[in-house]
Amino acid sequence: MAEDGREESVAADDDSQHTAEDGIHSLNNTMVEEGPTLLRRMEICVAEAEKRSGKNTVNMQETFTVYLIETRPMDALAEGRNPAPDSLWRRYSEFELLRNYLLVTFPYIVVPPLPEKRAEFVWHKLSADNMDPDFVERRRVGLENFLLRVASHPVLSNDKILHHFLTEEHGWKEVVYETGFQAKADSRLKALSATFRVRNPDKRFMDMKHYSDELQSHTSQLLRARARVADRLYGVYKVHGNYGRVFSEWSAIEKEMGDGLQSAGHHMDAYAASIDDILEEEEHYADQLKEYLFYAEALRAVCRKHELTQFELEMATQDLISKKQQHEELATGIVRTFSFKGMTNKLFGQEAPEQREARLKLLEELIEEGEEAVKDKTVECEEHVEKAWVDMQRFKEQKDKDLREALINYAVMQVSMCKKGIQMWSNAKECFLKM
Amino acid sequence: MSVGAPRALASSGQKPITEILHPLSAAEEPLSATVGGDKQEVGLTNGTPVETSSPASTSSLFNRLQLDDDLEADVRDPYADSSETRDLFVTVDDPKKHVSTMETYITYRVSTKTSRVEFDLPEYCVRRRYQDFDWLRIKLEDSQPTHLIPPLPEKFVMKGVVDRFSEEFVETRMKALDKFLKRVADHPVLSFNPHLNAFLTAKDLNKRQGLALLSKVGESVKHVAGGYKLRARPAEFCAMGEYLDTFNQKLGTIDRIAQRILKEQSEYLTELREYGSVYSSWVGSEDELLRPLEGVAGCVTTSCGALEDLGENMSQDFLPVLREYVLYIESMKNVLRKRDQSQAEYEGRLEAAILRKQEDRTPVEVEKCQDKMECFNADLKADWERWQSNKRQDFKQLLTGMADRNINSYEKSQAAWESLITLLQDKQTEDKTSETN
Repeated sequence: MAEDGREESVAADDDSQHTAEDGIHSLNNTMVEEGPTLLRRMEICVAEAEKRSGKNTVNMQETFTVYLIETRPMDALAEGRNPAPDSLWRRYSEFELLRNYLLVTFPYIVVPPLPEKRAEFVWHKLSADNMDPDFVERRRVGLENFLLRVASHPVLSNDKILHHFLTEEHGWKEVVYETGFQAKADSRLKALSATFRVRNPDKRFMDMKHYSDELQSHTSQLLRARARVADRLYGVYKVHGNYGRVFSEWSAIEKEMGDGLQSAGHHMDAYAASIDDILEEEEHYADQLKEYLFYAEALRAVCRKHELTQFELEMATQDLISKKQQHEELATGIVRTFSFKGMTNKLFGQEAPEQREARLKLLEELIEEGEEAVKDKTVECEEHVEKAWVDMQRFKEQKDKDLREALINYAVMQVSMCKKGIQMWSNAKECFLKM
Repeated sequence: MSVGAPRALASSGQKPITEILHPLSAAEEPLSATVGGDKQEVGLTNGTPVETSSPASTSSLFNRLQLDDDLEADVRDPYADSSETRDLFVTVDDPKKHVSTMETYITYRVSTKTSRVEFDLPEYCVRRRYQDFDWLRIKLEDSQPTHLIPPLPEKFVMKGVVDRFSEEFVETRMKALDKFLKRVADHPVLSFNPHLNAFLTAKDLNKRQGLALLSKVGESVKHVAGGYKLRARPAEFCAMGEYLDTFNQKLGTIDRIAQRILKEQSEYLTELREYGSVYSSWVGSEDELLRPLEGVAGCVTTSCGALEDLGENMSQDFLPVLREYVLYIESMKNVLRKRDQSQAEYEGRLEAAILRKQEDRTPVEVEKCQDKMECFNADLKADWERWQSNKRQDFKQLLTGMADRNINSYEKSQAAWESLITLLQDKQTEDKTSETN
């Protein structure tokens, strides 16, 4: 997977690649990691979205959206050439498949999340319909964001399946399934059980898990509160539109006051209309928060994986100890702990020496296996801890940087909203003064 | 003709009506008025005497016009009251609660400064309560039925719904009372009313009639000659009536819109506060993000404060003025009705006289009626112009004020957000330089 020393990565593409509305170019610029070791090899973008119709797995007609992924080699661009991009179409479910593969293959990495499957935190003006063009557009941006994050990750960017995803339209799904990743996936039950029963998890991971809960809770609270605020703010602005109408009607019966009133009414209408753009822009802020809401889950997944590996190690160790004990008991005849074998021996008499020998032999084999298992598990656990810790640190830095920028951008949006409001009211005031 | 001191109303009952010129006409013929105490009172249809010793009443006004070379200017706006010539200033302020065994009420300080001879002293300071204002208004309506009396704030408040002693209520009421008094004091006719004088100067208002028994006298005027209907209301008065109806409607709509906005803003404010608190609570689990999160929470709080102020201002300053004008419109419509009645009475009597086949010379009562009606018309027209002009100023001020308050609210919010951006961006450059070092 990884070529020696060289790690492929991607650069942030320039805005000219976007065929859709811009407005969040700042979003893209923050997504890419730059560093001396990362080489930029490929330019990636999700350029378009289209509706398709087809038969699904149960042979029913369905409509879905596909997204166009375009890639271009960076070296060509650096040389000043402008080659046509390679492109292929993918649907959301294929992105999901890719991500699931990454989750299983790299359990120590905080894997970037996909944009939400269904529209949530919707306030009344926003559509919850997956086919709604605004939703599709935001999803297109989210998918591009996901690819950029993955392709700029020091570990994930080297994955072959990722490369296939970006370059081979057909047959990709088969290749993914062939990796057999689905078999490696941990069952939920196993993971849950580990969470409850693990005895000595790494404290740092427990703290990180606790943090992931906090992050999730706060971002979701914030998103909910923001949606309610947006709803109310919309109402306030729109009611002002009524002034427009009544001023217009009133101006009809006035002589000197008429003109001033009429034009003031127009400004009130403009004021009422201005909220649409303002809130549209704010959705981008919401999307940034959503990304980290989902990131929290990815972080928690890494912590859970640790719990699982640690638990398995503990189990293996426990198992080894018990086997050794059994061996000892069998060999020395001293029963230290209660066991059914011991009881039955007492009740029904001990077994024959050949049987005992056989059992001892078996136990020794099991002990050998157990020791191997413990060794393997220890290595697995330690490796996971090491790699995961590195990636969690990387994640933390990225999160701090991204959210900080998101908050600053939010402040900028608020300033812009205030300025617009002042402008509108000043215009209206001028008209009032002319009354 | 004597010059200078205002004199009693010249009786108009001794000349044929046709010989009496309209005071607002540009004609220069002098009105040969009888001088002195020949105060033949022109009565109202209900018998209440009209006290019109004002120098600006229609007849004596003409005399004044005489003395002025520049007839043009006065004819255009005979009621023009430039501030340089104002000689009566009134203020209502300083509300205080009075607790007695029988009741608790609020009194206000009414201060007067004047150079008018009708007042003994140049300055006065008395305390009055709402009842006293009400008394004054009723007295004015009775004694000057042809004039538009400014409205008072609502008399009755539902106990339990509004706190009569809350700061906001008292403040709002006081401002309205102040406006009422100022409007009366600015009126060229009303300001000379002796009841106003008494109100402004007397230590104790001797209100002879029990207020509870007094109904609005103007409205109870029913004396119309045999239920006679108007022949034809002059077009201008019809137009006035129509205008008032439409204007009333529009004001009602604006009032509803303003209230709706207040409601929506209040709900927005509730959500905004909650929103800000989420940022605050997030601070606990972050380290690097502490400053931006706290900063955002702070800006949201500032915005909440600005919005709160906006709402308060609007409900205290904007809505009461709207409602006041609705009351004003009611008053105006009443005056229009009275005018109609005056016309009806005249026409009724005229017709009756004609039917009785009287001589060419019109009987005295009919002349009196006609004179009354024409005075009424003139007063009303003049007051209407004045009212329109004041209305324009008032609404210009009101709406500009509304715009200003909204601008102010946004400015406060913008300042907070901008300073946060500066703060965070400075920190960013700080960090970057320290990183590269």
